[in-house]
Amino acid sequence: MITPTHYMLLSAALFIIGVIGVMVRRNIIIIFMSIELILNAVNINLIAYSYQLQDVIGQVFAVFVIAVAAAEAAVGLGIILAFYRNKETVNIDEMNLMRW
Amino acid sequence: MGEAIAFYTLAAFILGFAVLVITTKDTVHSVLFLVLDFLFVAALYVMLNAPFLAAIQVLVYAGGIVVLYLFVVMLVNLKRLPEAFQDPNRHGRIGLILSVAVLLELAAIAALGVGSVAPVRTAARALPVTGNTEQVGWMLYTSYLIPFEIASMLLLVAMIGAIVLAKREL
Repeated sequence: MITPTHYMLLSAALFIIGVIGVMVRRNIIIIFMSIELILNAVNINLIAYSYQLQDVIGQVFAVFVIAVAAAEAAVGLGIILAFYRNKETVNIDEMNLMRW
Repeated sequence: MGEAIAFYTLAAFILGFAVLVITTKDTVHSVLFLVLDFLFVAALYVMLNAPFLAAIQVLVYAGGIVVLYLFVVMLVNLKRLPEAFQDPNRHGRIGLILSVAVLLELAAIAALGVGSVAPVRTAARALPVTGNTEQVGWMLYTSYLIPFEIASMLLLVAMIGAIVLAKREL
């Protein structure tokens, strides 16, 4: 019997894998992909509860999450391209122009 | 029984490919593992009786966003590996340890919280349409019309912003 707890644990594990990617990797493209993994973890949770409660609102919110993820990817990748044109790097440790 | 087998198989693939995404050295391989991960998440959505979301997942994520990532990976010509320079002030190991601690905490909350809260049973929403796609569309165009319009505005702004950012000179 698969309960919502199982889906919650799967979602938590996927979320933490994304967080580890953000914390440990230094390639900013990999970090953006980790953020996509985190958003997917959120969606799994929403849809699991939509199924459990037999209500489509969870799926409506998942549609909004996907829309925001698409917007985030477009703007983020635009920033990466603009930065790469100036500094020739995608290493976030070298992206310290605005750090005091 | 069949449901359990399907769930554990999909969960193993999802988590395995997610780990590969963040551990692979080659960024192109990482993007391709991300596609596989999204496809298995779409399969999980089908299992959860959400075929519309599964189709959106395949079209938008595996089709659109990942192609965008591939374009950027190809455009950004990496002459030297991004991992070559290391900031001495960076403590990746501490981040790893903290992340695992948060995972254990979440797992403990999920495991210990089972049964302590009675499952909320809302009355099934009476929608005038049947079928998953029809129901999602009905909700989007009635109760959630304003958030839907705001989301479309957000996408428009993001599109203009991405074009402006990626242009060579303003």
